[in-house]
Amino acid sequence: MAEVIEKLTSKDFSSDQEVRWCPGCGDYSILKQVQTILPDLGRPKEEFVFISGIGCSSRFPYYMDTFGMHSIHGRANAIATGLKATRPELSVWVISGDGDSMSIGGNHFIHMLRRNPDINLLVFNNQIYGLTKGQYSPTSEQGKVTKSTPMGSIDYPFNPIALSLGADATFVARTMDRDPKHQQAMIRRAYDHKGTSLVEIYQNCNVFNDGAFEVFTEKSSKKEQTLFMENGKPLVFGDNNDKGIKLDGFKPIIVDINDSSVNDLWVHDETDLVKATILSRFYDDPSHDGHFPRPFGVFYVNNNKATFEQLFNDQIAYAKEKMGPGDLDKLIAGKETWVVN
Amino acid sequence: MTEITDKSLESVVIRFAGDSGDGMQLTGTQFTNATALHGNDLATFPDFPAEIRAPLGTLAGVSGFQIHFGSTQINTPGDQSDVLVAMNVAALKVNIKNLKKGGVIIVNSDGFDAKNMRLANVPEAQNPLTDGSLTEYDLKIVDVTKITRAALADSGMTTKEIDRCKNMFVLGLVYWMYHRPIENTLDFLKAKFKKNEAVMNANIKVLNAGWNYGETTEMFANRYTVAPAKMEAGVYRGVMGNQAAAFGLIAASVKSGLPLFYGTYPITPASDILHDLSKYKNYGIKTYQAEDEIAGICSAIGAAFGGHLAVTGSSGPGIALKGEAIGLATMLELPLVIVNIQRAGPSTGMPTKTEQADLMQAMFGRNGECPVVVLAAQSPSDCFTLAYEACKIALKHMIPVFFLSDGYIANGAEPWKFPKSEDLPAIDVSFAQPREASDDKFMPYFRDENLSRPWAIPGTKGLEHRIGGIEKQNVTGNISYDAANHELMTHLRQEKVDKVADFIPEQTIDSGEETGDLLILGWGGTYGALRTATQQLIAEGYKVSHTHVRYINPFPKNLGELMSRFKTVVVPELNNGQLVKIIRDKYFIDAIPYNKIQGQPFMSHEVVTKIKQILD
Repeated sequence: MAEVIEKLTSKDFSSDQEVRWCPGCGDYSILKQVQTILPDLGRPKEEFVFISGIGCSSRFPYYMDTFGMHSIHGRANAIATGLKATRPELSVWVISGDGDSMSIGGNHFIHMLRRNPDINLLVFNNQIYGLTKGQYSPTSEQGKVTKSTPMGSIDYPFNPIALSLGADATFVARTMDRDPKHQQAMIRRAYDHKGTSLVEIYQNCNVFNDGAFEVFTEKSSKKEQTLFMENGKPLVFGDNNDKGIKLDGFKPIIVDINDSSVNDLWVHDETDLVKATILSRFYDDPSHDGHFPRPFGVFYVNNNKATFEQLFNDQIAYAKEKMGPGDLDKLIAGKETWVVN
Repeated sequence: MTEITDKSLESVVIRFAGDSGDGMQLTGTQFTNATALHGNDLATFPDFPAEIRAPLGTLAGVSGFQIHFGSTQINTPGDQSDVLVAMNVAALKVNIKNLKKGGVIIVNSDGFDAKNMRLANVPEAQNPLTDGSLTEYDLKIVDVTKITRAALADSGMTTKEIDRCKNMFVLGLVYWMYHRPIENTLDFLKAKFKKNEAVMNANIKVLNAGWNYGETTEMFANRYTVAPAKMEAGVYRGVMGNQAAAFGLIAASVKSGLPLFYGTYPITPASDILHDLSKYKNYGIKTYQAEDEIAGICSAIGAAFGGHLAVTGSSGPGIALKGEAIGLATMLELPLVIVNIQRAGPSTGMPTKTEQADLMQAMFGRNGECPVVVLAAQSPSDCFTLAYEACKIALKHMIPVFFLSDGYIANGAEPWKFPKSEDLPAIDVSFAQPREASDDKFMPYFRDENLSRPWAIPGTKGLEHRIGGIEKQNVTGNISYDAANHELMTHLRQEKVDKVADFIPEQTIDSGEETGDLLILGWGGTYGALRTATQQLIAEGYKVSHTHVRYINPFPKNLGELMSRFKTVVVPELNNGQLVKIIRDKYFIDAIPYNKIQGQPFMSHEVVTKIKQILD
């Protein structure tokens, strides 16, 4: 008889700990969407593990009634890789932020993506350091005036999507805190993907960087400033869905649908790395003339790369099969021994 | 023809020295294996530059391998050598100072040409082979390169390829001189070059040519016999420290029933543990070469959380990078073994040279109050015992444990009367059991009688819990900034370490009486030199004893009492005084430091001189 898994609810995934993010923080929405998705996955909750680093987002595991580890700054990806390699049957999630993943943990971020363990990596990008009270982050726009940069930051920001594609990530998506339905869809896609799934979530820090993504999230500008990508569908945006993206060779062009045939538009193909790379560069400052809309959705999926834990454990299985299980006494004795009487 | 006479010797020290590309380490290792199989006691000391191919012919590029073997007990690779094999003038220049007066020098004359003289900064007029400076020694000049080239003239190999075989000529000659069996090297060459028969045959031919050279030329009037040592009865093998450490970790994995996960990043002189472990995947050994030192330990922490026997390994600079994560493991109260194969520091220091200067780092090198268990191996084979012990303690007490070794014992070799797996102490591990909703709520920091908390691995029903680096409330594991709780937890983490003292052996005297004028208190890889020195002092009538501490944090319970039975305690260390500070602090005794910080091990005669100075 198949084991009956009791249907869980989002409440089952809420721990007894009081949530202590600032009121109005975008993190609340993400916590809610994850707690909404998890019961639908049909897995017992002891199989879920949430690992985080340091930062506001990294408090996340305390609020989930699953296994969890709130580790040290930037290292969640390294810890998660060790766990997933040794316990491949678990559903492992990493909760991180722009500072945690792209600054102090930048190395582990790119190396986890290239190794491709089946881990869901949610990066809460608020373009600011919240927990340390308001310094610029590696995704802050140049010129950002903060406590540590009173004359404006001089660093150029990272483009997390382009960085992930550059690290050969096999699943790259972007969503936003203010769009629960889209967020849920992206989290679900991330879970379903076998390999490391990077989901960049635009998350508003209403205390230190309020309104950083307003232009993408507010109803008044959202349609004009964002591009929601759907696989197999033409890239269309604008207040009246009247604008489209066309490719002229490798050069993207914004066209008025009324002047152009829908058939000429770029049709989104999640498996096309070259096109995903072009889309990842739709990263202009929205205040610039002629800028491209900011894409949301799945940029890229590669289902042809084996996961790290698969390769890692296959080698062990193969060694056991080929050489037989190890004999400790033979190992310790080695090939050359002598007897003293 | 001169009659070749056989002389019997009690012990011999041979130093093979050449350019770092001359294959001296291989030559030394082969000679070691043959000598071990012959039944001698032995100790070795490889001494090589950090550069893989250091500038050819230069003093900096000299690579040496010293072996001390005998029919009696051998504790060290020997202070001075009886025989020096020098493949070029640089090797001679670097090593002549440690050759006994009257010792044998075997030189490759082709390494003394104008070019080699220039590279070694020796003026042409001062060629040591002709200027009479070596008259106090028994100099044997052999045209190794020329003879090797002649022997392989018809092989079809290039000169470069042929020259790579010349170490086999020297090995063959020394085998002949000391009546060593040649078979194991033949087997080694056959296995190593099984895919390249031409190279295999060339090496075998040159090895035999070396042997025959000794037999047929009249250069060598003597051959030497070194009878097998009278060692404790049993089955032996030769073992190097890092190899023994790897075996110890594997043994702990097998005996505990937990798969081993080794998360690491390559670093001299620890990498050989990774190399060794990665060969044994059929034992379920999982090795992970991470992107950096921090990821090495963090991956191991992930594996420990998941229920594996988790180990990370490095040397001092890497341990520095791992510091924060060691603190995390201490807060998480998960089992973790941290291997540190110490080298000369600080910073990059001298990567291939030995030192014992990371003891304070292991004891205190983290932010906050962060006590961990610290063990230190004393010899190559002891690396097995203490690596095993480190795992056992980590698993039993849910605690990070440092296993300290050093470059000297890591690369040194000795005969090892290895244990049977059934005789190894049991390692019992139990995970927290699943719970139903009706059971009491799971408390991740509920402690047993040894203060260790339950190991509740993900995937176990009803045990969902969160752990982390933030201070936790005792018992519940919830985040807590409560003042009294922080102090309580700090004390509990210290008491956990202190409790380990109930499970470790008492300190014993290694050589000498239980009481006396002076106690030599050592730790780590200095064991052999201190033992030899102590025995010599005792033979000369001094009331000196030697004890060697392997469990440093916590110390064995009787250490203070043991020290109190001596008028003076001297702590020799290859650092600027570290254990001595801990001893003085903990026991409030006027222990005398004796330090050497040269990247080189103690010579026993240095220790003898120092102790006499203190006593006289």
